[in-house]
Amino acid sequence: MILKGLKLTSFKNHPESSFEFGERINCVLGKNGVGKTNLLDAIYYLSFTKSAVGSQDRLAITHDERAFTLFGTYEELTIAIQFEKGKVKTLKIDGQEPERLSDVIGKVPLVIVLPDDTSMIKEGSEERRKFFDGALSQFDGEYLKSLLKYNKVLKQRNSLLKIEDGRSLNKKLLETYDDQLIPLAVDISNKRQEMKEVFLPFLQKNYADLHEGGEVPGLNFKTHVTEGFEGRFKANAQKDQIMQRTLMGSHKDDFEFLLDGELIKKFGSQGQQKTFIIALKLALYDFLKEKTGKKPLLLLDDIFDKLDDSRIELLVSLLLDHDRFQQIFITDARKDRSKVLFKKEKEVNFIEL
Amino acid sequence: MEFPSQLVERAVEEISRLPGIGKKTALRLALHLLKQPEDATFELSSALKELRENIKYCKTCHIIADTEECTCQNAYRDTSVICVVEDTPDVLAIRNTGQYNGLFHVLGGRISPMDGIGPENVKIDSLISRIKSDDQVKEVILALSATMEGDTTSFYITKLLKESGIKVTTIARGIPVGSELEFADEVTLGRSITTRTLFSQD
Repeated sequence: MILKGLKLTSFKNHPESSFEFGERINCVLGKNGVGKTNLLDAIYYLSFTKSAVGSQDRLAITHDERAFTLFGTYEELTIAIQFEKGKVKTLKIDGQEPERLSDVIGKVPLVIVLPDDTSMIKEGSEERRKFFDGALSQFDGEYLKSLLKYNKVLKQRNSLLKIEDGRSLNKKLLETYDDQLIPLAVDISNKRQEMKEVFLPFLQKNYADLHEGGEVPGLNFKTHVTEGFEGRFKANAQKDQIMQRTLMGSHKDDFEFLLDGELIKKFGSQGQQKTFIIALKLALYDFLKEKTGKKPLLLLDDIFDKLDDSRIELLVSLLLDHDRFQQIFITDARKDRSKVLFKKEKEVNFIEL
Repeated sequence: MEFPSQLVERAVEEISRLPGIGKKTALRLALHLLKQPEDATFELSSALKELRENIKYCKTCHIIADTEECTCQNAYRDTSVICVVEDTPDVLAIRNTGQYNGLFHVLGGRISPMDGIGPENVKIDSLISRIKSDDQVKEVILALSATMEGDTTSFYITKLLKESGIKVTTIARGIPVGSELEFADEVTLGRSITTRTLFSQD
């Protein structure tokens, strides 16, 4: 995929900006706070209709303005997003409003690497599930639909468990939710299990490319949803009732990150963690490329930070591989460094903010 | 918005509470009423007042009506089948098809614990007791929205009716008449394939 141009209106600290991008590497340079990350976030918005850094839509509007608009022109299509305070977000693909916002997901596959991605290793299972859910959703629309429905049923079931007004729990209604939830959980967790199997070789190859230490990265998928889940789930109803929430299911799945069989959370050094994350993201890139047949956009925010010079050079030489990568966006606060790193490359487009 | 008169402001305030009406439209409506003969406004306000004070819901089917005994017991109707819907507009929509001559049951909403609506807040108990006390009823048609909440309500009612042995059906879901197949969403299309029907010429 190639993003040819982008117009931002009242988006974060871009009151009115317009960009044209090169087909290969776009290096966004500028001091801290000029809006480099926000530019990447705008590109991310067009693929996923939400912020990469998890901020709310209304916080993406420039201070004192009422609405933001993003308009992206890709080689094959155009995507526009508008959000006005107090209204629903509108999305247009080639000028047409699709039925659901989520219909845009997968149109422009995209992989983003952010500086605080290492929180994926340190934080709870949610961040890791999100990563793999995002990967699956970009090429399997049915998965996304199941997941959205699962979350809705789960929310209703939890609300039912929370109703506290002296009446006893409506068992039949609870069963109604269980009957809807269980097949969805089986579907979702099975797909995650498959995903883990298929994804692991991509991760191992990319980790080896970045690091010659000989350690082998691994993934361990933990889930309640295995043989006999239905029986165990139903037997757990009383505990659910006491805790007033659903204790078992796909929403408790975890993907553990391992290095030589040990939890990287506990034993990995900072450098190993950063290498692991970059390998994970590049693996996602390769994975999506294979699954969708399109070359995803690759967004790298401040990626050179905290890496030593030899790693940086290694990474740059990987990125210069024309056959593997198409369009890349890199931000760097240190202009001179990037100018030196990419000085030989003709296809690098420098954008100074 | 600033108003030259507090009377206008209050009227605008009240009118703009209605669904789909903002302040500007409310102002336009209020000023329009002032331009019309006085009687027009009094007719409107008395109609609304009487509506509020005198409206009844049928004891049996919960349709909005002038009396508690609505036309649902009319002799022309097929009393062996009850169509369960969420709200009064659904009754009108189904009646207008001219394809259904049976009884109705208006639930007045759908189950959604998230919004504080449990089975006891909709007329499900009354539906069950109605069916149990009337042995003429042979079939219940569930005509609820094709959303997760609608489906939950359907599943729940089906569960409650399981022991009664009564036939429970649901309206078909598929491709709208006059629409192109290629534009149908996958779920609908998939469902209409799995629940396909015999092709007949009549």
